[in-house]
Amino acid sequence: MSKVRVLVGTKKGAFILSSDGKRERWDVSGPHFAGWEIYHLKGSPVDPNRLYASQSSGWFGQQIQRSKDGGQTWEPAGNKFVYDGVPGTHQWYDGTPHPWEFKRVWHLEPSLSDAETVYAGVEDAALFRSTDGAQTWEELPGLRGHGSGPHWQPGAGGMCLHTVILDPSDPKRMYIAISAAGAFRTDDAGETWRPINHGLHSQHIPDPDAEVGHCVHHVAMHPSRPGVLFMQKHWDVMRSDNAGDLWREVSGNLPTDFGFVIDVHAHEPETVYVVPIKSDSEHFPPDGKLRVYRSRTGGNEWEALTQGLPQKDCYVNVLRDAMAVDSLDQCGVYFGTTGGQVYASADAGDNWAAIVHDLPPVLSVEVQTLP
Amino acid sequence: MIRVILPAHLRTLGGVAGEVKLETGATTVGTLLDALEDRYPVLQGAIREHVTQQRRPYVRYFACEKDLSHEPPDTPLPSAVVSGAEPFLIVGAIAGG
Repeated sequence: MSKVRVLVGTKKGAFILSSDGKRERWDVSGPHFAGWEIYHLKGSPVDPNRLYASQSSGWFGQQIQRSKDGGQTWEPAGNKFVYDGVPGTHQWYDGTPHPWEFKRVWHLEPSLSDAETVYAGVEDAALFRSTDGAQTWEELPGLRGHGSGPHWQPGAGGMCLHTVILDPSDPKRMYIAISAAGAFRTDDAGETWRPINHGLHSQHIPDPDAEVGHCVHHVAMHPSRPGVLFMQKHWDVMRSDNAGDLWREVSGNLPTDFGFVIDVHAHEPETVYVVPIKSDSEHFPPDGKLRVYRSRTGGNEWEALTQGLPQKDCYVNVLRDAMAVDSLDQCGVYFGTTGGQVYASADAGDNWAAIVHDLPPVLSVEVQTLP
Repeated sequence: MIRVILPAHLRTLGGVAGEVKLETGATTVGTLLDALEDRYPVLQGAIREHVTQQRRPYVRYFACEKDLSHEPPDTPLPSAVVSGAEPFLIVGAIAGG
C-alpha cells in the first residue's frame, strides 16, 4: 500500500508526519533541529529519501541540512550563499537604495531529474542552484541582473524569493515569484529572465499595472498542464493560460481574495484550493471560520470546505508555502497554520481532520507520496 | 591547548560534547575563530558572516569576565585563555523578550 510523508517546517523545528494510504493514523517524528526556524523542507522527486531542509536562526544564520534516509538522519550541507559579482542595491522601505544582503533560504526546490541538483530561493531575493547535493551554491545572476532589480522592494515579510516551479515538460523553463517584485520566467534554464506580471493589478503601488512591484504571495501549477498557472496575489486570485504572459482574475465569489496559499488537485488540473484570509493587516480567516475554498472550474466559482475545520473563534493564518497535495488516487490535501495545526483531507477537501494540534507556528508543508 | 565553550545550538550543529579543546597556536580572537572553524567547518557562517567575517549580531565573545565582542580580530587573547586556564566563551545573546 502507498504511504504519505508530510514534511512540516515550523518556527521551532521540523516535523515529519507519516501514514499509510488510508491517512487515518499518523506517526509524528520531531522536532528535528529543535529551536531553529525551518522555513522549508522538500524531498527529491528522483530519490524520495533525499530530503533538503532550510534551517535558520536569528542568532546563528543559515544552515542547509540534507537527509539520505527520508529524514531519519541528517547531515549539514553547504551554507555559503554569496551573490554573484557586486550585489548592487534594491529599494528599501523608504525608497532609498539598499545593498543586497543574504538573510535566509525561504524555499528549496529539488530538481525533477537529478537528486543532487536543488534550487534555493532566498531573501534578499535571488535564486541559487547546487549541483552537488547542496554542498556548494551558485547564484543564477540573470534574475537579479535582468534590469528591474534596483526597483524591487521588500514586502512586510522581507524581500523573499519564495516560489520556485520547475516545468516538467521543458527542463529549461522555470517560474519564480518574489514578494514584492512579482513573478518571473526563464526559458533558458536560468540564464535570462523576464517579468510575467501583465494583467496583474495592484492598487497599493504607484502604477497598479507596473511591470514589477506586485506582491505575489504564491503560484501553483499542475504538472500535466505546465502552461497554466494559478496565483494568490496579496489581493486577487489570478490565472494564466499562457505561462504567465497574461493573467486574469478568478477570485469570483470568494469571501475575500486576500490570502497566501494556493494549490492544485493532483489529478484534476481545474480544481484549485485557496484559504481566504481577512485583509492585509488582520491576517486571520473571516468571521473566525477556517475555510478552504475549492474551485472545480479553474477559478471564479468557489465552494467553502468546512467539514472538520473550526467554524468559530479561529484566528490563525496559513502561510504561503503551507499547503500541499498528495497524489494518491483519492487526492489528499494538507495545510498548516500559525496556530500549530496541520490539517489533512483524504478526500480532496470534503472532510478534514487535524493530524497534529499543537506544533509551533507552521511555516511550510510538503507532501511525498511513497510506494 | 585552548578551551572554547560553544552555545548549545552550535554544539548540536557541530556534534560537540562539552568543551572544545583546540591544539592551536592562536594568539588572537580572529586566529582562534579560524582554528575553530577549521576543526568544525559546519560552524563557518554561524559565528561570523561568510564574506565579511563580521561577528553575527547576536553572537558574543567573553573571556576572563571581559566582553571581547567589539574588539578587532587581531586583539590578543588573554594569557589565561592561551594557556588553557580559562575558556573562551562564544555566547548566543539573550534576546527575544
